[in-house]
Amino acid sequence: MKARAPLAVALALLLLPLGFMDLRTYLTLTVAGLAMGMLIFLVAAGLTLIFGLMDVLNFAHGALFSWGAYAGFAVAALLNGRWGWAASPSVAANALLLAAAIVVAMAVTVVLGVLLERIIVRPVYGQHLFQILITLGASIVLEELIRILWGPNDQVMPVPATIQGSWDVADVVVLRVPVVAIGLGLAIYAGMQLLLNRTRIGLIVRAGVENGEMIQVMGHNIHRYFTGVFAAGSALAGVGGLMWAIFSQSVRPGMGGEQLIFAFIVVIIGGLGSVTGSLVGALMVGLSYNYVAYLVPKAAIGVTMALMVIVLLLRPTGLYGTAK
Amino acid sequence: MAGASLLEVDDLHTYIGQHHILQGVSLRIRPDAVTVLLGRNGAGKTTTMRTIMGVLHPTRGAVRFDGRPIHHLPPYEIARLGIGYVPEGQGIFGTLTVDENLRVAALAEDAPSGRRLERILDLFPDLDRFRHARAGTLSGGQKQMLSIARAFVNPNRLLLIDEPSKGLAPIIVEHLIDALRAMKQHATVLLVEQNFAMASALGDDFYLIDDGRTVRHGSMASLAADHELKKKYLGI
Repeated sequence: MKARAPLAVALALLLLPLGFMDLRTYLTLTVAGLAMGMLIFLVAAGLTLIFGLMDVLNFAHGALFSWGAYAGFAVAALLNGRWGWAASPSVAANALLLAAAIVVAMAVTVVLGVLLERIIVRPVYGQHLFQILITLGASIVLEELIRILWGPNDQVMPVPATIQGSWDVADVVVLRVPVVAIGLGLAIYAGMQLLLNRTRIGLIVRAGVENGEMIQVMGHNIHRYFTGVFAAGSALAGVGGLMWAIFSQSVRPGMGGEQLIFAFIVVIIGGLGSVTGSLVGALMVGLSYNYVAYLVPKAAIGVTMALMVIVLLLRPTGLYGTAK
Repeated sequence: MAGASLLEVDDLHTYIGQHHILQGVSLRIRPDAVTVLLGRNGAGKTTTMRTIMGVLHPTRGAVRFDGRPIHHLPPYEIARLGIGYVPEGQGIFGTLTVDENLRVAALAEDAPSGRRLERILDLFPDLDRFRHARAGTLSGGQKQMLSIARAFVNPNRLLLIDEPSKGLAPIIVEHLIDALRAMKQHATVLLVEQNFAMASALGDDFYLIDDGRTVRHGSMASLAADHELKKKYLGI
């Protein structure tokens, strides 16, 4: 029963705004909030692996988010510039462009993630202060590299025509991009749960996180698994960045840094290391931000912080966290 | 006799930080025997095991397993040569279930591993009963059984077992002695044990460590009879 308590509270809060607005507005805001939550989840999902499971304070996660966005942007701009695949009404061309952008965004961030882990993170496992300093340094270098390669200004992200615009479902305006984001977020959540709880790799990673020395004397090379986890977390940041670029229809070099704080808050709200916690936390942040922005626009920024304070007062280890 | 040892440790020196913990440990472990490592608290017994396992690296000396030097290898390669380790304090993964603890330990999921697992669960019926419970909720004795069971899942040729009786009730220790006696037919064991009743019930050979050096060795039977030696180094 205890595990369901946070979910019940979340659902109750979800229905609360209904008393202050009509149903149609509520549904529109809910879809927007879920989409925003899923986008935050994509960033937080990678962070919960790296920060929550491996206990590495990775401040370069935001820079990887930006790199994913720019790598996807570069592919989309190239394909759209040469063959018009984004502007084309052809669903196949649109889908190919989206798939190519996702694959390249993930590939680039995986390579960057592996390099980061091997070169700068591995010497500082277990040392939080050094982790903050060195990953912050790496994040500055990575962000400046984006400025050198793509310039310092905002650029317009080509968005496939198929997922632009909206559907009208029973008088509720449903934007298509948020629906894609929600679908992708759920798919990634399901994939992570499967990988961690149903595969041997997931089992070894969970055991290694609890006791790295013991898993090594059992014959498992934990460094190889941690590199893999770091790479997977980086790929999630990359996909998150790409989706954010599509959602906001633009890219800019500093976009990742802004999302990083949100992601850290979500990981803390959800409980370190819990993928489910990150999902619930991200959805709570996304929904409460949208409801409050409609009802009391000035309070929207503060509501995320307030949410974290309330959750930590009630459950110091986060919604789904277990004390280590 | 020299070529007959499964594990040879030669003049091992190990530092932890600035402390020179091992200052010349030498062991010869006969195959199919239980060798007991004895000595006071802080003498270097656990450090010896951790150095053999590759968790700590010696500054001098050598460890040879089946004639092959292993002291430069990382722990996961040493484990894969067929050396199982049951650490002091058990090293259980408390957030995983009993079943997951056993599965993560098994390096191969083949038929012989399955048979070994069946045999272990026969010896420790509690583990079978709580197979899907979180290992962190087990009692101290059950955790120790799980820790030993994990080391037996693999076809290990040598087992390093560090103070299995520590913190356990006497009746549980009795049960543990019976189980280990049944298991010793299948592997060579290096055992660290402060409980002299347990050490003499299981041991064939002994080595005495004092201040980081091996000072005496011989057959367990000769030690049991040597009251002066026991009094000098073990205080019993």
